[in-house]
Amino acid sequence: MEYSLRAYEYWLTVYRRVWRGTIMTSVLNPVLYLAAMGIGLGSIVKKQQLGLPYLDFVAPGLLAAVSMQVAAVESSFPVRGAIKWNRQYFAMLATPLRVGHLVAGHLLYVSTRVLVSVCLYLAALAAFGALHSWYAILTIPLSLLIGLAFAAPISALSAYADEEVFNPLFRFIVMPMFLFSGTFFPVTRIPHGLREIAYATPLWNGVDLARHLTLGGPTLWRSLAHVAYLLLWVVVGVWLARIAYRKKLVT
Amino acid sequence: MDALIHARGLTKQFGSITAVAGIDLDVTRGEAFGFLGPNGAGKSSTMRMIGCVSPPSGGTLRILGLDPVKDGSAIRGRLGVVPQADTLDNELTVKENLVIYGRYFGLSRADVRKRADELLEFVQLSERADSKVEPLSGGMKRRLTIARALVNDPEVLLLDEPTTGLDPQARHVVWDRLFRLKQRGVTLILTTHYMDEAEQLCDRLVVMDGGTIAAEGSPLELIREYSTREVVELRFAGEAPEIGEDAFGDLVQRVEVLPDRLLLYTDDGDALVPVAHERLHPQSVLVRRSTLEDVFLRLTGRTLVD
Ligand SMILES: Nc1ncnc2c1ncn2[C@@H]1O[C@H](COP(=O)(O)OP(=O)(O)O)[C@@H](O)[C@H]1O
Ligand SMILES: [Mg+2]
Repeated sequence: MEYSLRAYEYWLTVYRRVWRGTIMTSVLNPVLYLAAMGIGLGSIVKKQQLGLPYLDFVAPGLLAAVSMQVAAVESSFPVRGAIKWNRQYFAMLATPLRVGHLVAGHLLYVSTRVLVSVCLYLAALAAFGALHSWYAILTIPLSLLIGLAFAAPISALSAYADEEVFNPLFRFIVMPMFLFSGTFFPVTRIPHGLREIAYATPLWNGVDLARHLTLGGPTLWRSLAHVAYLLLWVVVGVWLARIAYRKKLVT
Repeated sequence: MDALIHARGLTKQFGSITAVAGIDLDVTRGEAFGFLGPNGAGKSSTMRMIGCVSPPSGGTLRILGLDPVKDGSAIRGRLGVVPQADTLDNELTVKENLVIYGRYFGLSRADVRKRADELLEFVQLSERADSKVEPLSGGMKRRLTIARALVNDPEVLLLDEPTTGLDPQARHVVWDRLFRLKQRGVTLILTTHYMDEAEQLCDRLVVMDGGTIAAEGSPLELIREYSTREVVELRFAGEAPEIGEDAFGDLVQRVEVLPDRLLLYTDDGDALVPVAHERLHPQSVLVRRSTLEDVFLRLTGRTLVD
């Protein structure tokens, strides 16, 4: 753990130089979405169609989506860069650090980024009056879980493949997931066949759980199933990341 | 003898490529040890195995008396590494690069800051401490990498081509710093394809080619063993004439034919020059002492830097 913190410190050092820019994108964007969708679009969506104000519906969806997006961005180019461009991972491996510490240190950093973004976002939600339950506090650990469920496998991919994968990754995986995982409308509106794909995404599992938490009254079993499924993505992702890092860095 | 590096039959395979084909090494404390060889000889592969970042494919290797596979982390904590390609973060400042690297070794923030200032002084980069790395010259980046490698006060410093690509002044600055480290008792292990660098810095060196060690000794020993005292270089207007090994009898031990010149290896250059003049009518004649380049040519049939 101590060694992982040393690797984590590198990412914080880098982040110190760029945090102003990222605050803009990772907080302002969801707040803008919230304003446009929740309040703008929400004003023309009839309340009885969802059984609740659209703002209340979309807010937890965006919270989960923000966690995904921050995690995906921070696990793609930065990981590739540490292997290929500034080669900082090779610098780390010339010291007492080992591959596992590199993976853990980076995931700690992604967790930090997700945490900061989500806390700011929650503050905005509270200001919009979209939080209705104390369970909403639990969306903070949930956002970490969602973030890691994406960060771990994406960092495995970023280590393993060239940067050409990032364009298709964001265009054909992250973006469709953002739109169709229950973030903006219930997945029950998606036709069968495609709907099952939506259920299988880690984002839908996160969105659904977040929604139960902010709107109150999550059912225990359903929540546990979501948590277990997200954990599975984390565990498999970390396992793959360690393999991919080792393959690229220890030759 | 206190062998810091001990290798027997050390090999490194990359798929079907054999980068290191079974080498034996012993490096003792306080020594400056060099690997001299052309590109692709296997120098970096060997250095990376010694640096415990690349697992050996075969043979035995002990570093500081420890096993690099089992105790890699502990060994790396006692080494300083200057890799062939810099691994600095261009977006961070000079000092940030040093500080974060020191943190990887577990130094406290206060210690590492102090150490960073001393090291920047040592490599003459104090004025650039707060500048980003990006705009630094190649020589400055190399010096920063050397400073970084010293942050944990290593017992052994591994330098993979420390001055390749630097201009002559920058090379001399680096040599000067390395010489000081050597005087302080730091064990230096370096690779180079510059014979002047090997001659200047190394107490002992191996000539590496095609993954094997072709010869080993001090620069003087190698020259004495594999070359003659002097070399007569003959340059010609056109192509150098073909002559046999015994064209000059006992006066010439060996002949090398290069595209633009003939090298006659002899123990008595002064006696040879008039004879060579008369027989071959060269455009110019130069008598010089044998160098490691000649040793290399003899051992591998190729020049070091092409
Ligand atoms: N990571 C690697 N994967 C595949 N081949 C490699 C790798 N590293 C080195 N080689 C090959 O091993 C041989 C020796 O390379 P290297 O050790 O870098 O030599 P040198 O440092 O003396 O130039 C070369 O043929 C090189 O192409
Ligand atoms: Mg090399």
